[in-house]
Amino acid sequence: MKMPSIFVEAVGICGPGFTGWAAATTCLQDETLWKLQATVIPMPELLAPSERRRIGLPVKLAIAAGCDALKQTHLSVQSLSTVFASSCADGDNCHPICETLALTERLISPTRFTNSVHNAPSGYWGIAMQARAPSTSICAFDASFSAGLLEAASQCLFNQIPVLLIAYETPYPQPLHDKRPLLESMSIALLLAPQLSSSSQAKLDISMASKPATAMGNVELEKVRMGIPAARGLPLLKLLANKKRGAVVLEYLNPYTLQVELDPIE
Amino acid sequence: MHGFAFYPLHLAHMSLTTCLGAGLQANWKAITNQHCGLKYCDFETVRLDTWIGEVNGLEKVHLPAHLRHFDCRNNRLAQLALEQDDFIPAVQLLAKKYGADRVGVFLGTSTSGILQTEVAYRQRDPHSGALPKNFLYPYTQNTFSVADFVRSYLGLEGPALSVSSACSSGAKVFGVAQRYIACGLIDAAIVGGVDSLCLTTLYGFASLELTSSNPCQPFGLKRNGISVAEAAGFVLLTKAKQEMDEEEIFLLSVGESSDAYHMSSPHPQGQGAQLAMQKALDGAKLSASCIDYINLHGTGTLSNDASEDQAMVALFGTTTPCSSTKGATGHTLGAAGSIEAIITALCLQNDLIPGGLNTLECDPALQSHYLLRNQAQHLKCAMSNSFGFGGSNCSLIFSKMHGVLDKQK
Repeated sequence: MKMPSIFVEAVGICGPGFTGWAAATTCLQDETLWKLQATVIPMPELLAPSERRRIGLPVKLAIAAGCDALKQTHLSVQSLSTVFASSCADGDNCHPICETLALTERLISPTRFTNSVHNAPSGYWGIAMQARAPSTSICAFDASFSAGLLEAASQCLFNQIPVLLIAYETPYPQPLHDKRPLLESMSIALLLAPQLSSSSQAKLDISMASKPATAMGNVELEKVRMGIPAARGLPLLKLLANKKRGAVVLEYLNPYTLQVELDPIE
Repeated sequence: MHGFAFYPLHLAHMSLTTCLGAGLQANWKAITNQHCGLKYCDFETVRLDTWIGEVNGLEKVHLPAHLRHFDCRNNRLAQLALEQDDFIPAVQLLAKKYGADRVGVFLGTSTSGILQTEVAYRQRDPHSGALPKNFLYPYTQNTFSVADFVRSYLGLEGPALSVSSACSSGAKVFGVAQRYIACGLIDAAIVGGVDSLCLTTLYGFASLELTSSNPCQPFGLKRNGISVAEAAGFVLLTKAKQEMDEEEIFLLSVGESSDAYHMSSPHPQGQGAQLAMQKALDGAKLSASCIDYINLHGTGTLSNDASEDQAMVALFGTTTPCSSTKGATGHTLGAAGSIEAIITALCLQNDLIPGGLNTLECDPALQSHYLLRNQAQHLKCAMSNSFGFGGSNCSLIFSKMHGVLDKQK
């Protein structure tokens, strides 16, 4: 199977040693420049203070990468369709709910319950951006980045509209962390479009493959790729940063991987 | 690649398991008899003054040995539903025809196997706080677990994902299938929704004062909340072909929108809901007058029903027959979109509109043409609505015809 080509309009990133796409391109062009640093998640200024008080880490993290990508585009965010891809979604929120439910008095916080839905970032994104466009929230465990990419690409082609993909992940606290260890918080955003435009950065051709996934060159960065489901997209970001024609293979669902061929657009 | 916008799919096979029974026949019989499947809450250790819809016999479901690690209430429910209605042979036939890698699995769920985690939290090591060894996160709690399990159970190798957009999840999966098939990624898809009873949703909706102390009464004057329920439904979707006969059911379009208003309350005038319904009509190239019946989201909360009613009246006026089947099945949350899509398809097949249960008197403030009694009527096109937390809206249009209709725009 081979899908028609799609185009990358903008990229966003927030993660360990990554504080936005502009700075990330340098260390993705030369991986030796990348240093492991704790993820710094900015507070989304677009949300009203009342909403800001309610949100948890995953929402802030997802909005961070999305806003980073939006800096590179003039598209109206209100009419921009979004795909939120995450393996675990509500990392910092699930634990206190389960703790409370294990007690005799099970008085869980209504705000925590509201935030426990997998689509909390999508909901808050809509509110922050006043975006009434369609938005979906998906999960495919460690293959969530590739599943999100396929979902965003298929929306882009089917509806002939730009689609913003935001893949994000925050670790669980203990004791869930032992059962699902995730290295750090990280989010990656890709703005995809069905047609070439003056702001297109690259053309992508996605197909199913059976080859093993592409690894990162820097051993520490490879640990990030393997340690966070959203970071499974890093090889593609490296190719985008290098602005060179090439192909990467991304982890997908057994027995397949996804091959992404990239043609940079000057 | 223009011209994808209208891309009907054939509902090649369906399976349905709710608190009304296992299998399409049991469910349809209950609906035609106006039987309510809800009961007073006696689930697990839950002590809440509310009603629930529980699927019987899940304790007797055993996962196959090679998939035992997936064992949890949600996956047992999935397996029970898969085993009804000759669904598995229908999948196997298509997998043989197209190849196991050309059949996708896209399932909606809101809480997956979280019950497993809730119980595990009662069994933490008193010293270290660790969860018990037999708790397997990836195969139970994780949102993907149910799609992973179903894909493995059916021996499929195609694309898969879980959609988890709260109570619109089970509807939005139809859109995923439509896009993947149109883009040539797959030839057929299994879509569906599976959500099972757990403490998070029961205590969570109670914390928001959204659970009713009576069986839910959608659009009723005395409605005061939802009845949380569990269910699983699956639909096998393929491309619509010209030669298919008129008694077959087709998915014409999927309309999606966001409220951009509030995380847990719908837009008061139902703007997001209206937008989703309008997009579904546009996608199907139909005017509102072509829709013969609307299976409402109709949860039975004050604000949900009022909001949906405003959207309905704005688009359809006050004469198009509509009802909510949640009075019979309860609110099956992430599964509801699929469950009600299947019920809508059964309505089309049987030319019957189910009356809404439990509601003795409709709220006079609501103007939609809400039916309280079953009504036999020739149906060509019907819509199913699903709206969820986070302002996630999805409307589906099903029809007996996949081509251009008489009244089509």
